[in-house]
Formats: sequence, structure tokens, C-alpha cells
Amino acid sequence: MLENNVGIIETQYFTFAEPPNELPLECGQKLGSITLAYETYGHLNKDKSNAILVVHALSGDAHAAGFHKGYKDAGWWDAMIGPGKAFDTEKYFVICSNIIGGCKGSTGPSSINPTTGKPYALDFPMITIADMVVAQKHLIDYLGIDKLLCVVGGSMGGFQVLQWVTSFPEKVSSAIPIATSLKHSPQQIAFDEVGRQAVMADPDWREGNYYEFSQPEKGLAVARMIGHITYMSDQSMEEKFSRRLKDKDYSFKFSTDFEVEGYLRYRGDNFVKRFDANSYLYITKAMDYFDLSGDKFIPKNKIIDTRFLVIAFKSDWLYPAYQSEEIVRKLKVRHVDATYCEIKSTYGHDAFLVEVEEQTHLIKHFLNKTFYGYDVVRGYGI
Amino acid sequence: MVFNAIRLDHRIIYQIVEPQSRVLDLGCGDGDLLFLLAKEKNAKVQGIELDEQAIYKCVEKGLSVFHSDIDSGLSEYPDQSFDYVILNQSLQEVKRADFVIQEALRVGKKVIVGFPNFAFLKARLMLFFRGKAPITKSLPYSWHDTPNLRFLSISDFKSFCLGKGIKILQAYNLGKRGIVRFWPNLFALNAVFVISK
Repeated sequence: MLENNVGIIETQYFTFAEPPNELPLECGQKLGSITLAYETYGHLNKDKSNAILVVHALSGDAHAAGFHKGYKDAGWWDAMIGPGKAFDTEKYFVICSNIIGGCKGSTGPSSINPTTGKPYALDFPMITIADMVVAQKHLIDYLGIDKLLCVVGGSMGGFQVLQWVTSFPEKVSSAIPIATSLKHSPQQIAFDEVGRQAVMADPDWREGNYYEFSQPEKGLAVARMIGHITYMSDQSMEEKFSRRLKDKDYSFKFSTDFEVEGYLRYRGDNFVKRFDANSYLYITKAMDYFDLSGDKFIPKNKIIDTRFLVIAFKSDWLYPAYQSEEIVRKLKVRHVDATYCEIKSTYGHDAFLVEVEEQTHLIKHFLNKTFYGYDVVRGYGI
Repeated sequence: MVFNAIRLDHRIIYQIVEPQSRVLDLGCGDGDLLFLLAKEKNAKVQGIELDEQAIYKCVEKGLSVFHSDIDSGLSEYPDQSFDYVILNQSLQEVKRADFVIQEALRVGKKVIVGFPNFAFLKARLMLFFRGKAPITKSLPYSWHDTPNLRFLSISDFKSFCLGKGIKILQAYNLGKRGIVRFWPNLFALNAVFVISK
């Protein structure tokens, strides 16, 4: 275990929207009660001004940093969250919650439907990115935080960041959308749809009612394999696998000859152990519905004093830099204080989880300025 | 602040910019000038810079900067978005200088342009007597390794403004140590112009 981590962390749970006060959703339906799984790292200061909300991507969860008792895998963004790290837990209070629709402790299609006593399955209402953000807002209110110092996330996490500023601009001092976009493009929707079709074509899916049986493992694994291809780049795959074989020679069978095949199968098999297939369907659909293009992002009548740090990666072809630049263009038109950096990386979309040093450098100083204002600038010798 | 330790062109621009102005610096480099303006003049500053490492330096200073080239970085800004647009030591590196100046004049009320003077005496002598592309204090690069795409003199810039109907509000001619008052096109290393539509 490394020294500079937040240590042993326990996931916490917050339940709200109990009947008859169910949460109205964008699709017109209501959902309640809702439980959010969340974790916090560091300490909330006296005036509650140091809270940072980390929002996760498609397959993420509330466990962003540190370790769970008895497990040796650190949280998904442990390299960025901890003492002295980009999100310095000595200074800031970091919150990460599992999205609604998820399957890691928050209410989702695998949760028990109170009216039937059985898992929701496809009776779970369709949720959107805006719904996820409204749920997070309830958690932030519950924690007694009036204004977040920062909302940060990559990929689908970036959608939530952009949605936060759109839905609750006065609640966010700064926003860091990473490797993300104002809307899902047809190419991104297409990849999601192939993944969903893979799940739904698996006979084990049973129209979503598989909870008494086993998961549609084959379909979900294929969906994840496709996902992993889109998260890498041509160059990172060449570097990681090239044409290397698992054994000395070709098998001349349909077994895994190449390392890249083995890797994808391993990733797929691992994923079905930890992720619910229906959650996968719901969340990818929420991503596809996401569209803050036109005037929807920062509506004209709203004044935004949120500072932005927009980050993209050169080899990311799933969320290409031009999509981040589109966000930047909107910010320019509205005179929003913003910084944009396209980090040189060969890791593709995965870079937001991997390129720690560059992101740390940008985020650390950006947060410093947001937290301390120009005082920190004045302290910088000239 | 040790004012004399600051680069001469930065000192000149610092004196030009009014307190609390909105400033856009095109090709802001490490952000030294913007930092000076933000810190000492309480200016609301924004930079545009192409070099990734320079962006890290800017963010370290608490500055806001866009990773972009100058040629394509301005079109989204509404007219007169800034009190000053600065093009200091970057005009000679842009592909479409005329377009960039016109765009800068559109988004800024005033544009501050600083550039090395190609007609500086030493440059003339190098070309005339040695028959070699000039290398001077303000034009320090060899022909094969220079970011400069274009070479202009103080007189060139003045006639450009005249031809385009651009108003020259102020002109500063900078030598090695200070302002050059006598025959600037021959004796100035750098020039700083304040122009407007």
C-alpha cells in the first residue's frame, strides 16, 4: 500500500425521495425512494467552502480513492485523490457518489422495486444525465454544502460536470470537464448501440428479467470488449500488444492467439463479475440522450461565474479534442473564465485515468487559484 | 516589484494598459506579461497559446489560457469583447497576419502590437556587408530554425496601417536600453504600437 493515499474508506449511503415525495425524472416518471452510495475523503472546512464533487464515468462507482477493508485494489482515481495529489485531501473535502441507474450501491435497475418486491429490471424508469445531477444535488444539500468548490469528471463524468453548471450554475465555483463533449455524436451513439444489442441478443438477458438466473454474461462481455477498443488508441494498442502471441505459434483454431484477444476477453470476463447488464443499458442510453448543444449549455439569460478547466487528449478518438474545443467556444462567447489544454498522450480515451502528472499539474494550480483567488497569484514572486 | 528587472517591452505595455481592463494576449507564452497585468493592474486577463509546456507555466501562475493557435482562436469572441488585445512578439509568427490584426481590432477596443524591427541598423549591415540573413538581439534565430514567418520594419507596419485605414494611437520604439527617439526605423530593435479601428 502506498503511503500517500486516503487509507481505508467505507462507502456510505444516503436515502431520499421517499414516497410520496418521489423524484420527478426528465422522462416524466417518478423514482423513489432513492439511495446514493457515496464516499468522502478529507475534511469539510468550517465555512464548507472546500468541497469537490468527483463524478464518475460509465463503469465507475463511488469508490474513487483509498481502499476498502480486505481489498487490495485502490479506488478508480486514487492516483489523483489523496494527500498532496491533484485533489489534495489535506486541503479539500472530496465527495464521489455512484450515479442513479448504477449498480454499485445506488438505486438502479437491479435494486428492489418497492411496489413488486422484486428487482426493477426494465420497470426502472429511463434516467438522464440531468437526473443523475439532480440526485447528486440532494446529496450535496444533505451534506450541508451550499456551493461546491469544484465539480470534476472525465468522459460521462464530464457530461455531469457540464450538466451541473447548466442546472445549478450558482452552486459551482469551478468545473473541470475532461475528455468529454457537449453531446453524444452519432459515432458515440453507434458504439453504445452495438454494446446494447450485444447484451440484448444474449438469450440470458431474458428481456431484462435475469435476476433469478445469471447475467447475460456473453453479451455484456462483448459490449465491454467493444468499449475497451474505443478507450485505447491505435498507437497504445501497438505498444501494449503489437501482434504478440499468447503461445509460440498460431493455434489454427478460434482460440485466443493474440495478446490483444486475451486482453479483451479478460476485460470482458472481469466486467460481468462487477457490473449489471441492465445498468449498462440504462446508463449508455442516458449518455446517448445527452445533448447540451446550441443554447442549452449556459442559457443566455444566466450569468455564469464558474471558472472552467477543459482538458482533452491528443489521441482520444472516442471524445476527440474538437469536441472539447466546442465547449471552449461556447465559454468564449459567454466570456466565461476558462483554461483549455490538449494534453499530448498516446493512451486514447483512457488517458484521463492514466495521464496523472500533466493533469495533476493543471488541476492543482487551477484549484489553488479557485480556492485562494488572486491572493495566491499575488504570492507568486515576480 | 523590481520594475527595471522586467523586460522593456513588457514595461511599455504595462504602462499602456489601464487598471481593471479586460485583456486578451495572443501568443502569451509563459504568461509573464499577463501575470504582471493581473497582479499589478488588476486586469481581467485571458491568454491564447499554442505551446503545451507554456500553458502549464501559465496555469501555475493562476492565469486562464486557451490551447490554440492565434489564427483560429478569435472568431467566437463577440465584437469589442476586450479593452486590449495584445499581439506582442507573436505577429511575425502567424500565418495570416492581416486577418489576425483585423480580428484583433474587431474583438478589442485597442490592439497592442509588438514586433522586432527588421530594418534595425545591425540587420541592415549584416545583410549589406556580409550578405547574410540578419541575426540580432530581437531577431535571434538562424534562417533554418526560426519561428518567424514574416519580417517587417517599423516603416512597413506604419504603411500597412495607413493602407488599411487603421489608426495608430501610440508608437514606442525600443532600443537596447530604452526608448529610441531618433530615426527609429534604423535604431530601434523592437516596436510597440497601439492601434484601433
